[in-house]
Amino acid sequence: MIPAKLYVPRDSAALAVGADEVAAALQAECMRRGIAMQLVRNSSRGLFWLEPLVEVDTPNGRIAYGPVTPGDVPALLDAGLLEGKAHALCQGATEAIPYLARQERLTFARMGITDPLSLADYEAHEGWAGLKRALKLDGAAIVQEVTQSGLRGRGGAAFPAGIKWQTVLKTDAAQKYIVCNADEGDSGTFSDRMTLEGDPYMLIEGMTIAGLAVGATQGYVYIRSEYPHSVAVMNEAVARATAVGYLGNNAGGPGRAFHLHVRKAAGSYVCGEETAMLDSIEGKRGIVRAKPPLPAITGLFGRPTVINNVITFASVPLILARGAQFYRDYGMGRSQGTLPFQLAGNIKYGGLVEKAFGITLRELLYDFGGGSRSGRPIKAVQVGGPLGTYLPESQWDIPLDYEAYAAVGAVVGHGGIVVHDDTADMSQLARYAMEFCAIESCGKCTPCRIGSTRGVEVIDRISASQNRAQQVLLLRDLCDTMVNGSLCAMGSMTPLPVLSALNHYPADFGITAPGLDQHAAAAGEKQNVH
Amino acid sequence: MTNAGSLFSSDMPTTVRAALQRHADEPGALLPILHDVQDALGYIPADAVPIIAKDLNLSRAEVHGVIKYYHHFRSAPAGRVVVQVCRAESCKAVGADALMAHVEKTLGCASHQTRADGAYTLEPVYCLGMCALSPAILVDDKLHARMTPEKFDRVVALRGAPA
Repeated sequence: MIPAKLYVPRDSAALAVGADEVAAALQAECMRRGIAMQLVRNSSRGLFWLEPLVEVDTPNGRIAYGPVTPGDVPALLDAGLLEGKAHALCQGATEAIPYLARQERLTFARMGITDPLSLADYEAHEGWAGLKRALKLDGAAIVQEVTQSGLRGRGGAAFPAGIKWQTVLKTDAAQKYIVCNADEGDSGTFSDRMTLEGDPYMLIEGMTIAGLAVGATQGYVYIRSEYPHSVAVMNEAVARATAVGYLGNNAGGPGRAFHLHVRKAAGSYVCGEETAMLDSIEGKRGIVRAKPPLPAITGLFGRPTVINNVITFASVPLILARGAQFYRDYGMGRSQGTLPFQLAGNIKYGGLVEKAFGITLRELLYDFGGGSRSGRPIKAVQVGGPLGTYLPESQWDIPLDYEAYAAVGAVVGHGGIVVHDDTADMSQLARYAMEFCAIESCGKCTPCRIGSTRGVEVIDRISASQNRAQQVLLLRDLCDTMVNGSLCAMGSMTPLPVLSALNHYPADFGITAPGLDQHAAAAGEKQNVH
Repeated sequence: MTNAGSLFSSDMPTTVRAALQRHADEPGALLPILHDVQDALGYIPADAVPIIAKDLNLSRAEVHGVIKYYHHFRSAPAGRVVVQVCRAESCKAVGADALMAHVEKTLGCASHQTRADGAYTLEPVYCLGMCALSPAILVDDKLHARMTPEKFDRVVALRGAPA
């Protein structure tokens, strides 16, 4: 008899809720019962509220059980886990779980299905198909394909990837670089982490294609130190891919080299800004550089450099394999393809939802997320990380599309969605945005370095009702200075969460309406302004 | 790793030279070198700075500046157990502030501090990537998600008093 095949994820979020302990319990209990079984440590499906999610192969596909604790294992085996039989924790066929079935998994197609480090698994699931096609094209044709696909930078800035690649391609240099920004510091985001841990060869393939496209032979993956599992998996994946020739001197065919290096960051949020990241890779303090010169022309070690986010590079193999048209058929307007949205914070069903652009926040919050975890009404949703705006319910029906969000001053960013229920005090979240900026500012621009500390103080005075109307004016003025006087997004976008909190939730700041405070101040409440 | 400081500090120059050697061919290798030193010693001793600076042809101020710039690098040994509690938005949305208060009380140690007896270092961290299962903490190298004060007490009890 063929031994049953079981899957227990090795994704670090699954480990954080006991996946290793569940795997050990399954092995011990099967051994005790004399049952042969094969245990695969797969990536996570991204249905995190069900983690640890145990799956078993059956003639009818994989059957899921979750969330499983080590204590559940004997009862699960008694109930017939190995044959996919019923149990209170049984979720039925994994692929039929509505949360997963309703998604459009393009970039995350292999997620949860394969063993992340198995080259055989990768190859069996459309791996290297994009690279094989790229090898038949010249650099300009690869760039053309990426441009045609409509792919835009998934790190948050949404700059068209093909245009950036084109700049590097046409800039002559003896050495060019490909740099992957895996410094995923935004709270509420984990799609980069899932990719690094769960499908590392996809990233390697995407970066190799980029190298072929622009003529770069060296690549770096800059991974935050808070992700030690990601660093370990990527290092192992690079070693294995190099051993079989997918990386190295002949990665792109005879004589066409592409070498990949994993660099571990050191806990600086601002190093997620591309030029600060370049300084960090060069061994310096991660200080933001002025642009121009663009990194595409004067980048890493002063050479032309393609810098993209993990998900941008990870989208490339499929675009090459299936063609630009296949990819651009997803999405809306100028936001083409899919985005892995990440549901986080106070949400009942937290996880990864890959959908074409155009879905609304309300659909994500309720159809996928099931509302708040606390069961209380959702009050505010921060989209796009710590530098994104807080969206009140009146904005939840706007399609998630770069331009539609920009039209209301919001950002889609890296697709992180953090939910707060009605117990949230928005003035305190605004204060936190300023505090975080003060902690993480690289210090180059005065409005960011000092303005953030002044921002904390001003919000504290508003909360303490000290010259409130004037302090609100002062806060707006300070935000204006930060927006217009900072080189990078750290200083210029920290005002987004602050002002959206102030504008949409004035009561939390002790004012009746966002506009009224100005009249009150103008009316002459002129006291001490610090 | 965390209690390795006192154990190996006498061997510090050897450790640092090994790290320098390991990355000798890499451009811009200061961060990988500092990571190796900290992984081996638990922190980056002040005496390591001139050795690294001389080898890389940098000023001591430049090396010192890099160590001080990055939150991850330590200039002094940490406690025997390092507890990091995520304070970012996703974790805040489900009680991270109350959790931090509980952890401070339970460990008898304020945030950013090492307890007087060296048992614990408590630090804030800004996102561990567990946001779908907030709040999250890291105890040495072990992640814990969907943390509650009760679960934290069990984690501490299971570990026992730090040796």
